[in-house]
Amino acid sequence: MNVSLISIILLVGAFVTFLSGDKLASKVALLFSIVAAAASIVILNQYNLGQNANFIQQWIAQPNISFALKVDGLSIAMLLLTTVLTAVIILSSLGSKFENAKAFYALVLFMAFAMVGTFLASDGLLYYVFWELALVPIYFIALLWGNGDSESRKRAVVKFFIYTLAGSLFMLVAFVYMYQKAGSLLLEDLYQLNLSADEQFWIFLAFFLAYAIKIPLIPFHTWQAAVYQKAPTVGTMLLSGIMLKMGLYSVIRWQLPLTALAAKEYMFVFIGLGIAGVIYGSIVALRQRDLKKLLAYSSLAHVGLIAAGTYTLTLDGLRGAVLQMIAHGFVVVGLFYAAEVLFRRYETRLISEMGGVRTQAPKFSSLFLILVLASVALPTTFNFIGEFTVLYSLYGINVWFAILGGTTIILGAYYMLKMYQHVMLGETNSKVFADVTLSEAFTFSIIIGVLFFFGMYPKPITDLITPSLEEILTQINRIN
Amino acid sequence: MNTLIAIIGLGVLCLLFEIFNLRKAIVPFTIIGLLGVLGLTISEMNTPASFYNNMIVVSKFSGAFSSLFIVLTIFLVALGHNFYEHKQSKISDFIAIKIFLLAGAVAMVSFGNLAMFFLGIEVLSIALYILAASDRLSLKSNEAGMKYFLMGSFASGIILFGICLIYGAMGSFDVTEISELSQSAELPIWFPIGIVLLTIGMLFKVAAVPFHFWAPDVYEGSPALTTALMSTLAKVVAIATLFKLLSVMNADVSESFQLVVVIISMASMTVGNIMALRQVNVKRMLAFSGISHAGFMLMTLLSLSTAAGSLLYYTSAYALAGIAAFSVVLYVCKNRDNEDIVNFHGLGKTNPLLAVILTAALLSMAGIPIFAGFFAKLVLFSDTIKAGYLALVIVAVINSIISVGYYFKLILAMFTKDANETRTGTPVIIYAVAVLAIVLNIALGLFPSVVLDLIS
Repeated sequence: MNVSLISIILLVGAFVTFLSGDKLASKVALLFSIVAAAASIVILNQYNLGQNANFIQQWIAQPNISFALKVDGLSIAMLLLTTVLTAVIILSSLGSKFENAKAFYALVLFMAFAMVGTFLASDGLLYYVFWELALVPIYFIALLWGNGDSESRKRAVVKFFIYTLAGSLFMLVAFVYMYQKAGSLLLEDLYQLNLSADEQFWIFLAFFLAYAIKIPLIPFHTWQAAVYQKAPTVGTMLLSGIMLKMGLYSVIRWQLPLTALAAKEYMFVFIGLGIAGVIYGSIVALRQRDLKKLLAYSSLAHVGLIAAGTYTLTLDGLRGAVLQMIAHGFVVVGLFYAAEVLFRRYETRLISEMGGVRTQAPKFSSLFLILVLASVALPTTFNFIGEFTVLYSLYGINVWFAILGGTTIILGAYYMLKMYQHVMLGETNSKVFADVTLSEAFTFSIIIGVLFFFGMYPKPITDLITPSLEEILTQINRIN
Repeated sequence: MNTLIAIIGLGVLCLLFEIFNLRKAIVPFTIIGLLGVLGLTISEMNTPASFYNNMIVVSKFSGAFSSLFIVLTIFLVALGHNFYEHKQSKISDFIAIKIFLLAGAVAMVSFGNLAMFFLGIEVLSIALYILAASDRLSLKSNEAGMKYFLMGSFASGIILFGICLIYGAMGSFDVTEISELSQSAELPIWFPIGIVLLTIGMLFKVAAVPFHFWAPDVYEGSPALTTALMSTLAKVVAIATLFKLLSVMNADVSESFQLVVVIISMASMTVGNIMALRQVNVKRMLAFSGISHAGFMLMTLLSLSTAAGSLLYYTSAYALAGIAAFSVVLYVCKNRDNEDIVNFHGLGKTNPLLAVILTAALLSMAGIPIFAGFFAKLVLFSDTIKAGYLALVIVAVINSIISVGYYFKLILAMFTKDANETRTGTPVIIYAVAVLAIVLNIALGLFPSVVLDLIS
């Protein structure tokens, strides 16, 4: 079985979902996403057994573009993240009603298709096509099914679209430029390129613009909070759980190995930007009154740290970054789900209007608390492993980076626990709050299970990603 | 050559149908006829030949572009069935004029002699003047026709003057002879001046900045179907002809000429896009968007020897998206006295299929992947970087970003606003044309090689 099958499953899934009608759509979508997740596990098995699951086929003769999907530890980790999270996200949405559900779920699956493609593609143009393609469904998901005033939503979503498109078009120019040099855009051919320091610098910047906007790093983050707030929860989960990982993954897969000289030269600037994001995000999060916005800024802080980890160019930094990408993906989906559960009962996202839930819903309170603690990197959770490794690698570069980056844990604990206190504790609320239903509890326990399991036993994932990260590091250190 | 004869024969038949009172059959008959001509053109494409002392030269280039023109004309004629519903008595005239226009277009890409080229451009232009003013009782349409005629005939004059100067310098109208003579070291000064005049005249037809002032008014005033024709077929014909003129006459020798092309290309994209941002009338917006696309197409003039395939691809992608977009405009703005964006409010709810098609067409024009527009821009950027004009590519990229702004204005209007009135009727032909055009566009996006390698 080769890996293109997963793309096909998701694409066919999107069509079938669209044709299945509004009533069945959510179930059909769930079915396809579970099949895709199962297929990714089969691919993982195949990879572990040493069988080849790559897929390569010439697509366009002139310019020379191939439909090339590459399977290695890193891309499988991201593939699993995408397919499993998509299934979880669809599962989590079953309790909500959507107008025109068939189009909604078809777009969700289509977006998963594009994201899987981005993670697997090993031809520059194919990668770019998937990268851009992922933008179209999320645009419509946020625009048509989002919440809040439609004028301000429109503004936020269009800003998001234009920002990300602007960034990625410069990446396209960089790819076209490299194509002129290499005559092909296959990853291995691009690795053979010997670009001068100047060329690397400009290509690095072009890539950086695309990724910094997608991740987002400050000062390119201004689209984020508004879109997270306005998008429907499913959209927010897709954006924060998976889509922003596309940016981080691309840094590791494309930017660093291709422009290693520039990355080394300006390492401090980019680590600095990441760390600045950590501090900025945490401080802004402290002052948020809207639950989703608070989570958006906390996400900004966490991904800042991940980005700083990748730019250290050390094995620990990269490994920590990948681990934290996966951990953050799950925890952020869990947190947004908790926000959605609160919204379903209280019809509000303002923290000031909540409170006193604990006595009414002890089960929900404990589940939410576990997620909050995981997000502030409590030991035995997966996030701890990730953040600790990243901080350790930062320490190797400069003590101050580690100290400043470490504020993510301290400030994070402060704003997250404060938020928890205001939302869940306090005097019993006059409004009735029903405890979690079975399906909600099930969704939470999948997420929490993953976080705890890999928090205590991260070895399967580290073993999976380390060889490919080492390969990338050799490429980075090829020229000194 | 056979293509040209067959097209003109078809046009004459159209006029005969009028006499025999067969107006109902005219659209289907023309479409079938054009399909036949298309087959003929494709079958002749791979056998280069020249006719009547090199007056007409059939090559891969002319064959490929003629096929594109024929396909576009088929779409436009099909849309005419619906558009001229209430003008049944004139339908044969309108259709016949379109067919003659196509004959002019084919002559323009398959000329071997400048006299033939001029003949082609006049046939095309005069047909367009008539079509622009074809809504006889509308003041706007009359104004558009008059404006277009005055400006257009002025441009034709400049072209003619250019041809005279070239004849004076080279002593021949034959492009092969001109091309051979232009290799010699000492060129009379009249030759480059003639080329510049020719280029200016053609840039007017393409509507590139600073020769674009006629376009918005004429596009807005003309009947919608004529606007569709001008912004797709006529623009594509003009740019292909300009490309052919410059490449067959070896005129791209000097660097200063390339610099001028770069500047005109940058100016067209930027002015077109920035003006489009402010438009509330969809036809006007598409006119300005067409100006910016003309800027993109001009980029191919920087690598004349290799870019023919890219130009064909870009023009096909642009024209197919344009046809799809205009068929939706025709549907929405039928029985309305203007084409303001307000009319598109709520189309996403009242008519999701057409809304999705218009969205796809606009995304293609904006250059979002999987639509042909993306690959068109890609090959264009690739050619231009190869020719050494990185700065132009960066300006083009910035312009692509700006263009998203106004394309999305229309998309947002369709999906987020509420409809102000209900729309009724499902004109099957408009649906068919729109769906077919967008499917072709996506197919080109999935299999770009089919068109890219056609001329090589």
